[in-house]
Amino acid sequence: MKFLSYKLLVPALAILAGSTISGCKPGKAGSSVDADAAQKVYVAPGKYDEVYAFLSGGFSGQVAAYGIPSGRLLKVIPVFSQNPENGYGYSEETKPMLNTSHGFVPWDDSHHPELSKTNGEDDGRWLFINGNNTPRIARINLATFKTVEILELPNIGGNHASPFCTENTEYVVGNTRFSEPLDNSNGDVPINSYKKNFKGAVSFVKVDKDKGAMNLAFQLIVPPFNYDLAHAGKGPSHDWIFFTCYNTEQANTLLEVNASQRDKDFIMAVNWKKAEELIAAGKGTKITGKYAHNVYNENTHTATSVMETGTQTLDVTKFPGLVYYLPCPKSPHGVDVTPDGEYMAASGKLAAVIPVFSFKKMLAAIDKKQYDGMIDGVLPVLKYEDVLHGEVKKPGLGPLHTEFDGKGYAYTTMFVSSEVVKWKIDNLEIIDRIPSYYSPGHLSVVGGDSKKPFGKYLLSLNKITKDRYLPTGPELAQACQLIDITGNKMKLLLDFPTIGEPHYAQMIPAEKILKNQVKFFKLEENKNAYATKSEKDTKVVRNGNRVDVYMTAIRSHLAPDNIEGIKIGDEVYVHVTNLEQDWDVPHGFAIKGANNAELLIMPGETCTLKWTPGLVGIVPFYCTDFCSALHQEMQGYFRVSPAGSNVPVKFSIGENPVTQ
Amino acid sequence: MKTHTRVLIFISCVLMLTAYFLPLWHILLDAPQYPEGLEMKIWLNGLSGSIQQINGLNHYIGMKFISVDDFKEFRILPYVFGALTLIGFAAAIARSRRLLWAWFIGLCLFAIVGFGDFYVWEYNYGHNLNPHAAIKVEGMNYQPPLFGYKQLLNFTAGSLPDTGGILVGVGGLLAAAALFYKPQQSSNKIK
Repeated sequence: MKFLSYKLLVPALAILAGSTISGCKPGKAGSSVDADAAQKVYVAPGKYDEVYAFLSGGFSGQVAAYGIPSGRLLKVIPVFSQNPENGYGYSEETKPMLNTSHGFVPWDDSHHPELSKTNGEDDGRWLFINGNNTPRIARINLATFKTVEILELPNIGGNHASPFCTENTEYVVGNTRFSEPLDNSNGDVPINSYKKNFKGAVSFVKVDKDKGAMNLAFQLIVPPFNYDLAHAGKGPSHDWIFFTCYNTEQANTLLEVNASQRDKDFIMAVNWKKAEELIAAGKGTKITGKYAHNVYNENTHTATSVMETGTQTLDVTKFPGLVYYLPCPKSPHGVDVTPDGEYMAASGKLAAVIPVFSFKKMLAAIDKKQYDGMIDGVLPVLKYEDVLHGEVKKPGLGPLHTEFDGKGYAYTTMFVSSEVVKWKIDNLEIIDRIPSYYSPGHLSVVGGDSKKPFGKYLLSLNKITKDRYLPTGPELAQACQLIDITGNKMKLLLDFPTIGEPHYAQMIPAEKILKNQVKFFKLEENKNAYATKSEKDTKVVRNGNRVDVYMTAIRSHLAPDNIEGIKIGDEVYVHVTNLEQDWDVPHGFAIKGANNAELLIMPGETCTLKWTPGLVGIVPFYCTDFCSALHQEMQGYFRVSPAGSNVPVKFSIGENPVTQ
Repeated sequence: MKTHTRVLIFISCVLMLTAYFLPLWHILLDAPQYPEGLEMKIWLNGLSGSIQQINGLNHYIGMKFISVDDFKEFRILPYVFGALTLIGFAAAIARSRRLLWAWFIGLCLFAIVGFGDFYVWEYNYGHNLNPHAAIKVEGMNYQPPLFGYKQLLNFTAGSLPDTGGILVGVGGLLAAAALFYKPQQSSNKIK
């Protein structure tokens, strides 16, 4: 090694001297899977999971119910999208559910499930979910896991900041991601007249305390920002609801740049109680605007759609004290109220801190009337320092959404640095962080947005999946991770794929839902106009070119099963009633060549498939749900004759028995 | 000039020529959501690798787009480097110690200027950010390291020699050896 004379070091040093901060490759955060993970997520065959998780389907438009901690998919609940698997949105009974002011819209972009609440606690009665695209709020009955109501919202673009509910589900709210001209104004305006012509509208949807029925009580007309998420106060902050606003720059193009310019956007605090009082006192202005209100009647098993024509509104600029703005760094996503209702944690997705606001300080600042300017000249902006409880420093990158465990801790997702961060609410210190695979949006703690979180489990809902599962070509399932939050340190338990995109989830102890479960529908309570409650009542009725088939299904035959006299040009409505009165005996119904879907009929239920025969000949129909040992025998035939044929209507079952 | 010196020069020059076929340097980017990592390779005459993805990410922080056309260096580097290597061969063929010195100094200058230039580019990319960028972190610059690793927000950025760079480096060491190595007895062993 002698030839390595000192002179040789000259060029080598020259290279190294130029180095900036450098060093060895930092070690990757190791896998943090809990050693006992398998035991903690194992639910023995035949045993129930401890918790229900309801995950939004995102672009699937649906909601998926999973069992936690096993991560087993229990059911995809069709909400905004047609579901040929069970006929939702295809059957005559359910088609009206997807009616809107734009006509039939059989799909949507479902984002945020919200469990109904009583005294600020999840009560397990209903699940609300927003349709972000064609602005809608749906209500799912958790006794039947069926979508029973869909209410469209007028005057708004995308119903993103929705459907968060107040402490006793007095209201669920909606607010617009895309401000736009109100429905009653001429919308044919230049897009660059945004600041002048565009408006936001906060919808307050009243929820009937006992029945859950929704109606659009009123809307607040607000400045044309983009409204992202919301959460209502609870306890001391009961009367208030908080919305995050971004694009307070009011840009109408290239928002990724133009809506990211201000260091601070806002949390909009709305005194909904005051708004309610103003409406009750007749201060509202009714404006026109069409919106569909679709209700599924659980006795008739039939939905109806009513087109509403107007809504009460309050222009917030005309009613001082209705809204206040809290400056919030930067393009905030989540605004999440602590279980005690005292603090609001906001997550600016481009911010380097998590600001935590104090409700008490907010009220004090409002009393002092020392503002940091006004929006539109009249809407007060409070001073950041006046309303701030404190900032969580260096939490990570891209804070998005926070929930709570009821033990004084908060958990926030970090989209950019791909992790979940645990911090303490009182001193705002970071306790722990755990990687997420990859880039989480929302997270969910069991009861984590309620007054009494159950805690125990946390779900991190991710936007990027990559290498987590066996690859399935370019299109991959989305991912979520189950994390144990019982200890001081978070522990990864399980990783499972989801349907669509899980924007948000709500988790609830299973017992709260189990106790209300409906096992089948009682036949005697079936008030469907086309119900056939006994096989002897089955019939085929022709009325012009409309043919109604009153059919029954029971193990293991469909009655009638030989139907003749159907002609090309007919519209055939097959009303199938499932006569079974036992748990888990659905029957399917399918016709060869049907252009819409099949049906899945629950015991005691009546469903109708509209069929327009296209070809002359014999057309088989059969049960598609393997119901019994003789399921394969559960079948029948239509005879389709040419238009104008004089083959008479004839229906039968059991005629022409086989002779040996 | 002794034979072993000529052999060293020759081997060195051959190693240098690999720069025309192999990447010299690479910049690595590792982030939680990029478990497979992103890589940009720097060649004597251009760039390759995940430049599009890297540009896609950099636009959030307002970094200028990386484009091969912006680097005049890539147009002249193959010639400068070729000329240098020719001097090396010439030194071996002409048995000229003077040429050998010229070659060695040329190589040292090439390394110093090259790294200096690399540093300036990195500085400019890391500091000259679009003031309208979506993500602005106070006090943050995004200059990648010249050599080694550095944390840039959620990315671990690495800057290391690639195959060609390593071979050229070895070539450089051999050039130095040709100049300074004096066997005590005979050159039999090396031969």
